[in-house]
Amino acid sequence: MENIKKLRVFVSPWLVRIGLWLIPLSFLLVAFFYPLSRIFALTLDPRTLTSENLLLASEVLLFTFYQAALSTLLTLLLGLPSAYLFARYDFRGKSLLRALTAVPFMLPTVVVAAGFSALLGPRGLIHSLFPFSSFPFIGTLWAILIAHVFYNTTIIIRVVGNALSSLDPKLEAAARSLGADSLRVWRNVILPILRPSILASSLLVFLFDFTSFGVILLLGGSRFGTLEVEIYLRVLRLPNLPLAALLSVIQLICTLVISLIYTRIVTRATVQTAPRSAESNIRKPKTLREKIFTTAFAFLLSSFFLLPLSSLPLRSFFRLEADRGQRGEVLYGFTTDYYRELFINRRGSVFYVPPIRATANSLGYAGATVMLSLLLGFPAALALAKPTRLERILDPLIMLPLGSSAVMLGLGFIISFGAWLTSPLLVPFAHTLVALPFVIRTLQPAIASIPERLRQAAASLGASPLEVWKNIDLPILRRATLAAATFAFTISLGEFGATLLISRPEYPTIPVAIERFLSQPGGLNYGQAMAMATLLMLLTLASILLIEKFRIPGSGEF
Amino acid sequence: MKHTLLLLLLILAACSPQGTATQSAGPQTLTLMTHDSFSVSEEVVKSFEEANHAKVVFLQSGDAGAVLNKAVLTKDAPLADLLFGVDNTFLSRALEADIFEPYESPRLNEIPDPFKLDGSNRALPVDYGDVCINYDKAYFSDHDLAIPQSLEDLTKPEYAGLLVAENPATSSTGLAFLLATVAHYGDSFTEYWQALKDNDVVVVDGWETAYYTNFSGSSGRGPQPMVVSYGSSPAAEVIFAEKPLDDAPTASILGPDTCFRQIEFVGILKGTPSRALAEKFVDFMLDKQFQEDVTLQMFVYPVNPRAALPDEFTKYAQAPEQTAALSPEEIAAHRDQWIQAWTEVVLK
Repeated sequence: MENIKKLRVFVSPWLVRIGLWLIPLSFLLVAFFYPLSRIFALTLDPRTLTSENLLLASEVLLFTFYQAALSTLLTLLLGLPSAYLFARYDFRGKSLLRALTAVPFMLPTVVVAAGFSALLGPRGLIHSLFPFSSFPFIGTLWAILIAHVFYNTTIIIRVVGNALSSLDPKLEAAARSLGADSLRVWRNVILPILRPSILASSLLVFLFDFTSFGVILLLGGSRFGTLEVEIYLRVLRLPNLPLAALLSVIQLICTLVISLIYTRIVTRATVQTAPRSAESNIRKPKTLREKIFTTAFAFLLSSFFLLPLSSLPLRSFFRLEADRGQRGEVLYGFTTDYYRELFINRRGSVFYVPPIRATANSLGYAGATVMLSLLLGFPAALALAKPTRLERILDPLIMLPLGSSAVMLGLGFIISFGAWLTSPLLVPFAHTLVALPFVIRTLQPAIASIPERLRQAAASLGASPLEVWKNIDLPILRRATLAAATFAFTISLGEFGATLLISRPEYPTIPVAIERFLSQPGGLNYGQAMAMATLLMLLTLASILLIEKFRIPGSGEF
Repeated sequence: MKHTLLLLLLILAACSPQGTATQSAGPQTLTLMTHDSFSVSEEVVKSFEEANHAKVVFLQSGDAGAVLNKAVLTKDAPLADLLFGVDNTFLSRALEADIFEPYESPRLNEIPDPFKLDGSNRALPVDYGDVCINYDKAYFSDHDLAIPQSLEDLTKPEYAGLLVAENPATSSTGLAFLLATVAHYGDSFTEYWQALKDNDVVVVDGWETAYYTNFSGSSGRGPQPMVVSYGSSPAAEVIFAEKPLDDAPTASILGPDTCFRQIEFVGILKGTPSRALAEKFVDFMLDKQFQEDVTLQMFVYPVNPRAALPDEFTKYAQAPEQTAALSPEEIAAHRDQWIQAWTEVVLK
C-alpha cells in the first residue's frame, strides 16, 4: 500500500501528462499538422508563387473582405435595433422570437441555402406564386448577404443585447436630468459604453462571413470567388492544387489575425461596466412610438426568420415544375413523391444507393465523430484544466484547426493521404478536427470546476484514480459531456466543406446529397433536395431540443 | 472506457464500405464512373450482366469536367474500374494525369481511324456528337423573330438574354462551344464573349441544367429559347414527346463554326482489381448492341459504323456539313489558358 502510493506520487506529474497528451497530439499530428505541412510545402514551391497566382489570390482576398464587410454592416443594421428591442422591451412572444433568431446559427449551411432557394429561388414558392414578379436572387450578391444576415444576427443580439441590458439605467437618467435629449444620450453615453461589445460582435460576425462556404457556393455560385469557394473550385473544377494551397494559407493567416484582434477586444470589453440585474431595464412599450417600433420590428424579425425556414418543408410537399425530361402533363400541387423517392434506388438517378442511405451515412459519421472527439477531447481537457507550462504551449496548437477552414482540411487530406482516400474513416476524422476544439472548450471548464478536496477525500479513503474518476469526476461531468457530444454531433451532421471534397460518391452525407440534388435539373431532383434539407433541419433541431431536455434534470446534480 | 472503445469500433465497422464484400460468392461488381448525362437501356446492361455474371454500377458524379477532375484527384484510390465520358476537349488532361491503363480492344478494328485520338489506346472512342445551338421554334415564330444564322448574329440586341450556355470550366459541352468560338475568332475570342456577355448571355454550370431548366424548348419550360446543346437534341424531343409530333419543336443553328464535334472516350482506370471484366465491358461498349443503344439513350452517334441509326435520328437530328476545327494538340496546349481567359471575361 505504502509503495503503491509512493509510486503514484512519483509517476503522476510528468508521465500522466504525457500519457494524457499522447493520443490527442498524435491524432492532430497525423490528421492536421501533416496535411498542413504538405499545404505549406506546396505553397512555398517557387512554381506556386508566380505573379499570376499572387495577383489572382489578391483579387480573391479583396472580394472576400468586401463581401464579409458588407455582410457585417447589414447584420449590424438588423442586429442593433433587434438587440435594443430584446434588451429594453417586454412583449408577447418575446422569448419565442428570441429563440427563433438563434435557430439559423445552429443550422447547417446547406439547410439555410435550401431554405432561401425554396423561398426566393427561380424554382421557389414566391416565383411560382407570382411568375411575373421574377427577380434574380440566386446567383446575386444579395443572396449571399441576406443569408449571412440571417445566420449571424443572433450574435449581435446576444453580445450587444447583454451589454445593453446590463447598462446602468442611472447613467441614462443622469444624462437626461442634465438636459441631454435622446440623441445626445445615445451618442455621448450609451454608444461609447456599447462600443467594445459592438466591435467584438461585429468582428465575430465578420469572421464567420469571411470563412463562409456553403451559403456562397450554393446561393452565389462560382461567380463569387471568395477564398473558400475558390479553394474548392481549384481543387475540383479548374484543378490547380498549388493555387488552392496558396489560397488556404492566406485564409489561415487572415482568420488567425482576426481571431487575435477579437480576443484582445473581448478581454478589454469585459472590464467596462458594472453589470446590473438585467430586469431593471426591461419594460412594456408605453408610448405610441414605442408600440409601433416593437410591433413592427417583432413582425419584421419573425417574418425574416420564419419565411425561409418554413418554405423549406412547404416546398418539399408541392410539385411546381416538371421532372427532368418530363414532356407530358404535369400534376401540380400537393405530393409526397419527393419523400417516397428517397427510399427508391433508381439506376440513372443521382446516386446509386437509395438517397435515404445518406441519412444513415450521416448518422454513422456523426456517431463516430462523437466517440472520436470525446475520446481525444477528454484527456486533452483533463490536462488543460490544470495547465502547466506545457499546456500553455499546447493550447493554441490544439485550437489551431479552428482557424483553418473546412475546405482547407479537405484539401490537406487530398494531397496527403493518396490511397487512404478510400477509407470511410477520413470523413469522421475531418469532422473530429472541426469538432475537437469545441469539445475541449466545453469539457475543460467543467473539469476545472471539480473541487480538488472531493478527489483527495475519495483517494484518502482508498479509491484508485480510476474509481475517483468514475465516482467523482464522471457524474459532475455528465452535463458537460452531453453538451460536448451534441456539439460534435451537430457539427458532423451539418459539415459541408470538408465532406464535399473527401466523401466518396457512394457514401454521400445528407449535406453532400442536398448539394447534388440542388445542382440537378427537374422537379424531382429539386423536390428531393427540399425533402432531405427538411430532414436535416428536423434532425438538427431534434438533437438541440434533446440536449435541452437532458440538461434540466442533470443540472440538479451540481 | 472499454465500452466506449467497443462502441467506437462497432460504429466504425458499421460505416465501413459494404462494397468491399463483393469479392465473395455473388456476382462481381464493375463500377463505371461517368457524367450525369450518361444513360443506357436497362436490357442492354442486363444482357452484359447475365453473360458475365456481373453487376454493373454507374457512378454518376457531375458534369464531364467534374468527373474527370475527381478521377485525377483520387487516382491513388480509384473510385471505379472504368471511366466513360472524357471527350476530346478534356482528353489531354486525362492522359497527362495518367489515369488510364492501355487496352487494345479487338473491336477497335471496326472503328474509323479519325476517332482514335490516343495512339496508345488508353482512351477508346465510343460515340461522337456535334455541339450546336438549339432554338425553340415556337418562341421565334410567336415573337416574329428571325433565327440567328451565325455566331455574330448572337450578339445582336434582338437576341439579348435569349441564349443559355454552359461554363466551360465544368461542362464539356460548354468547353466545346468555347472551342468553336476560339476556332472562329482566334485570339480575339474574348472580345466575342465580352459582346455575348453584354448581350446578357446566361451561363450555368452544366448541360443538364441548361437544357432541362433554362431552355424553353424542353421540359423545364425555362426562360431562354436558345441553348448550347447537340445537333441531335431535336430528335430527342420528337422521340420523347408525349403526343406524336410531325416535326421537331426545336432545331439547330448550322452556321459557319457554330458547331463543334465532340468524341467521347472510355478508359480502364489504373489500379482496377477487375481488369478482365473491365476489358469485357469496353468490348461491349464498342460492340453493335451498345453502339445502337447510345443513339436513343444519349443522342450521340455511334463510332462503330456497323451500328444502325434509328429513323427519327436520320430525320430530325441535324449534322452540320462542317464543324469548327481545332487540333487535339492545340486544345491540349491552350485549354486551361482559354478557360481562364473566358472566366475572367464572362464570370468576373
